Amino acid sequence: MTIFRSLFDIIGPVMVGPSSSHTAGAVRIGLASRSIFGEQPDKVDITLYGSFGHTYKGHGTDLALIAGLLGLSTESVEIRSAYQLADKAGMKVRINTSGEITEHPNTARLFMHKDNRSMSVTGISTGGGMIDLIEIDGFDVHVSCDEPVVLIFHRDRPGLIARVTHILADEKVNVSQMEVSRKARGETALMLIATDGEIPERALRGFELIEDVGTIVFLSALKRESDTV
Amino acid sequence: MLIEQYLQVNEICHQEKKALSRYFFEREVALGALDETAILDKMERNLEVMEKAAADGLKGVDSFSGLSGGDAKRLLEYRSMGSPLGDSHYLEAAMNAVAINEVNASMGIICATPTAGSSGVVPGVLLAFRDRLKLDRRKQLDFLITSGGVGILIGNQASLSGAQGGCQAEVGSASAMAAAALVEAAGGTPLQSGHALAIALKNLLGLTCDPVASLVEVPCIKRNAIGAVNAIIAAEMALAGVESRIPVDEVIQAMGSIGRMMPVALRETALGGLAQTPTACRIMEMLQSKGHIDLKSL
Repeated sequence: MTIFRSLFDIIGPVMVGPSSSHTAGAVRIGLASRSIFGEQPDKVDITLYGSFGHTYKGHGTDLALIAGLLGLSTESVEIRSAYQLADKAGMKVRINTSGEITEHPNTARLFMHKDNRSMSVTGISTGGGMIDLIEIDGFDVHVSCDEPVVLIFHRDRPGLIARVTHILADEKVNVSQMEVSRKARGETALMLIATDGEIPERALRGFELIEDVGTIVFLSALKRESDTV
Repeated sequence: MLIEQYLQVNEICHQEKKALSRYFFEREVALGALDETAILDKMERNLEVMEKAAADGLKGVDSFSGLSGGDAKRLLEYRSMGSPLGDSHYLEAAMNAVAINEVNASMGIICATPTAGSSGVVPGVLLAFRDRLKLDRRKQLDFLITSGGVGILIGNQASLSGAQGGCQAEVGSASAMAAAALVEAAGGTPLQSGHALAIALKNLLGLTCDPVASLVEVPCIKRNAIGAVNAIIAAEMALAGVESRIPVDEVIQAMGSIGRMMPVALRETALGGLAQTPTACRIMEMLQSKGHIDLKSL
């Protein structure tokens, strides 16, 4: 259940309408996918499920996802012209809908491509602009994007997690949440680490030196609205 | 976590001789995320967004889907010609509420209060009364602070989401928030604000969320008008000394309970009610096939 704490959970966010779940949340899924991919993709296949699939045209959910992929914020009036902006930026977009029943009615899967790289991210929009990423590159995850998270792609082998946490301990960084997921024993795996406070650059460099560690992505917290007054 | 109840807040306000807005402001400071200046700055920015949305809406905007738009402008013209029913702050509040929600449907910028679909109610009332009640800028921010604080109490004891509780949780809650804030702005006591909150919410209990083609337009936009007007009449009753027989927290909890009993078809799924009328089905079909609604060819 959602717990409302702040006045600004009620009065806010400032956002482009019409729907906090179908528009604002969708922008954030696009933004998060872009930062996980690490750059703006030049081709994206978007699949919309459930309510997203049925109502995306009236809510501009497709525009919102594309706007996020282009790096626009939830309060950018340019969301309306997302297709034209994508054209200009050289990002090809294809929208598909699927009748497949998903656990959450507001589900979008973004399949991003650039040169030889491809990656998929699946996100759900849970209301009020809040989101949860539930799949990254085939791994089951849970990322709310409300706090910073480090994603470490690595080969599944004994001792690797200990080496990562050892580096964090040396840097006196406290882990608030950790999730490990793998495709199969000894295959690629994904480690997600959320921490109290920022992870120092030195720790990130330390992770890179560990044998069998692949890509490392630092995903900063996605604000639900900008703090500019 | 202990869920805060209105009557506890009322008791603290009574003992410490504090306005609701003061209580909720201090509560926000105590959360520690923002200091006093930052809270007021952020609320000021929200108010500016509301003002701009109302002004834009009154100029006349069309929704992104093509289903709605232009009604705030119609109301403004009607009002300036002189309504046969007499000019009133009720009409002004309704007009502002419609204007803001039309901007929302046009993919313009709004401040969710508490949600995007109910974003016209609280500012609709505030903008209609701030001159009459001579509210300076700080008092206008207090109006939003009290509205927000009441929203926290409703959200945590019941719900603010149409998918969970139907429209009563969105427009009903917004109306109750505005009613409580309006009583304070007019010089009423926190206890009277509580009665206004309870009366406003009771009047909209059971309201379903059955939006046509799942869009935040029909009946949402006009519901914002009724939410605003309902807030005013609830505030008037409370200021007159009318009391809610059912205590305010029990009313809030009843709203939550009704929401849980409400069939899923009437909770933002567009599977029942207005959303399944023959016309709504034709609208849905047109949106699916053409991507846009052309009202003339319906």
